[in-house]
Amino acid sequence: MGGERLSTALREALASAFVAFLLALPLVGFRLSETQQGIGIVTRFDWVAWGVACVFAGRLLMAYWRGSRADILGHLPAMPALPAVSGKAFVAIFLIFAVAMPFLPFSDRYLVEIAITVLIYVMLGWGLNIVVGLAGLLDLGYVAFYAVGAYTYALLAVNFELSFWLCLPLAGLLAALFGILLGFPVLRLRGDYLAIVTLGFGEMIRVVLLNWKDFSGGPNGITSIPRPSFFGLDFAREAEEGQTTFSAFFGLEYSPMHRIVFLYYLILVLALVTNFFTLRMRRLPVGRAWEALREDEIACRALGINPTNVKLSAFALGAMFGGFAGAFFATRQGFISPESFSFIESAVILAIVVLGGMGSQIGVVIAAAFLILVPEMLRDFSQYRMVMFGAAMVLIMLWRPQGLVAHRKPSARLEAGA
Amino acid sequence: MTPLLTVDHLTIRFGGLVAVDDVSFTAGDRRITAIIGPNGAGKTTVFNCLTGFYKPDVGRMRVAKDGQEWLLERMEGFRIASQAGVARTFQNIRLFPKMSVLENLLVAQHNELQRASKFSLAGLFGLAGFRAAERAAIERARHWLDRVGLIAVANDEAGSLPYGAQRRLEIARAMCTGPRLLCLDEPAAGLNPAESATLAALVRRIRDEDGIAVLLIEHDMSVVMEISDRIVVLDHGRKIAEGTPAEVRDDPEVIRAYLGAAEDEVAN
Ligand SMILES: Nc1ncnc2c1ncn2[C@@H]1O[C@H](COP(=O)(O)OP(=O)(O)OP(=O)(O)O)[C@@H](O)[C@H]1O
Ligand SMILES: [Mg+2]
Repeated sequence: MGGERLSTALREALASAFVAFLLALPLVGFRLSETQQGIGIVTRFDWVAWGVACVFAGRLLMAYWRGSRADILGHLPAMPALPAVSGKAFVAIFLIFAVAMPFLPFSDRYLVEIAITVLIYVMLGWGLNIVVGLAGLLDLGYVAFYAVGAYTYALLAVNFELSFWLCLPLAGLLAALFGILLGFPVLRLRGDYLAIVTLGFGEMIRVVLLNWKDFSGGPNGITSIPRPSFFGLDFAREAEEGQTTFSAFFGLEYSPMHRIVFLYYLILVLALVTNFFTLRMRRLPVGRAWEALREDEIACRALGINPTNVKLSAFALGAMFGGFAGAFFATRQGFISPESFSFIESAVILAIVVLGGMGSQIGVVIAAAFLILVPEMLRDFSQYRMVMFGAAMVLIMLWRPQGLVAHRKPSARLEAGA
Repeated sequence: MTPLLTVDHLTIRFGGLVAVDDVSFTAGDRRITAIIGPNGAGKTTVFNCLTGFYKPDVGRMRVAKDGQEWLLERMEGFRIASQAGVARTFQNIRLFPKMSVLENLLVAQHNELQRASKFSLAGLFGLAGFRAAERAAIERARHWLDRVGLIAVANDEAGSLPYGAQRRLEIARAMCTGPRLLCLDEPAAGLNPAESATLAALVRRIRDEDGIAVLLIEHDMSVVMEISDRIVVLDHGRKIAEGTPAEVRDDPEVIRAYLGAAEDEVAN
């Protein structure tokens, strides 16, 4: 028995060491260095040997003492308990905090800026949650709709001087249209295949924006995008001809914080609208059909539900909120370029939805805060930041494979009696 | 009396295999018509053709009631349920497991509710018309939960129910679509004798009280013989017999098909 266990452990350790060797040899073993004669290669086989030895020993110990992977899970410390407050209380506390946040004593410009970023991702997470969490359609190209929204606003505002408030619905509409455009070719696809096509779609939009210079400014992007105004009042130090500034109108001293706080409330309202809308949709026939589609498409068809409509509506509405968020992003930054809409953005948004617990609205908030704040807080660790971040994500997925908030509340209840 | 369902010369091939071979039969309105046969006879394939999951190579499937008629082979899959009124259950249960029992029954009433919600607009603003439709849908769900004895677990996750309860829920869900024809694929599979008896009573009530035609695939002969009005026997894709339970029971072809199948199984 003991011998058998040792031999399996040895085999596993050898296999791991071999993989480590394959990886370490090119990555660590050879290093370019500048010498007097130009560029040369320095070999560091001793490093490789140490690394492989460490992996071998570590794996052997782990395999021997713990036997199997299931055991390793058993040895993890329990997940820190989530605060035991009821859903309603949590939401109320959260809302009060969100509204009061810019005026709390410790809030400075930096914090409010980060809060805005978090809220953008919350909104994107809620938007994608419709597609992935509710309808179960794995979309790896969500950033495309974010880009469509951002460029719609930027182009309309720069070229035609349309106001933000007019462009916002247009951006959402156009993004929804793109959602349907993407939806049609992928109607028959599910799971992995769908993921690949949506990924391609996301990249396509980015590559078009990158290369169609006359239209989108190419890699240089679009600059001096107009900032939003407060019902026609600009956030500026000096008023333009025939206009009043926000600070002058309210008799305040000019401060750059005004605009930032305004942007904060703007995105808070946009995000809350997204949330309210999604929560309502969930209780409507369409919302239930989304979830039913996620659960079993064949059963849906047998019940007379047209899967095409259900899928397209999920794509369109999810995309619409991505478009709103994009327009906000453009007006906040004042500058956009294709770089802001790379695949990694889609991945982060998807991670927020998955980590939050597919379909959970609160989960998205917690996950977005985590995914944006943790890398921010780890800034001091500079180069180890992403490693620690990755480790944290792995830990969460081990603790809670269903996501942080796995609980699902039924959209309708049968009351007793009657 | 014209039958509710008329199937003519239904044929479907998968590569070289003729899964259903020139099968014709009818199912009367307010009648239970059983389709029996050994494993792999093509019973589920007939259901899949009827409900639009497979397109038959040859054949016609007609549903006629109250002067209207629908040719199933020409209809898009999902319309067969919503327009022709053919509802079905699956051999391996297909519920929406993460949704509650009640929600499963509400999804079945999607088309009606969707119309009442004016494609979500009325629903979004909670208009009275939609709320009334929703109450009616919940009442219908309550009625069927009562009928299948699941009212106590209405708010539980469908996937957490015991097997027998899931089977009954699937039937209730199919009935909530308001069908003319209910197709049940082995509803008694995996049930204990007491549960089978309850199920037989349920199917019989659906015929007698709701006035609905039932197509029943079932291996449990006690259930089949007890509640069927007519039986169609398939073997290797062919119809080998048809008649009342008494006629089919004594049919030498049927006995041979079943004994032959049994011998095959022994040989394996
Ligand atoms: N999609 C398909 N592709 C290829 N062959 C299929 C397909 N569906 C069914 N078949 C074949 O058709 C034949 C009939 O299958 P079917 O499922 O209709 O049998 P059945 O009578 O329902 O049997 P059981 O009692 O085991 O459920 C089988 O040989 C099966 O392998
Ligand atoms: Mg079958």
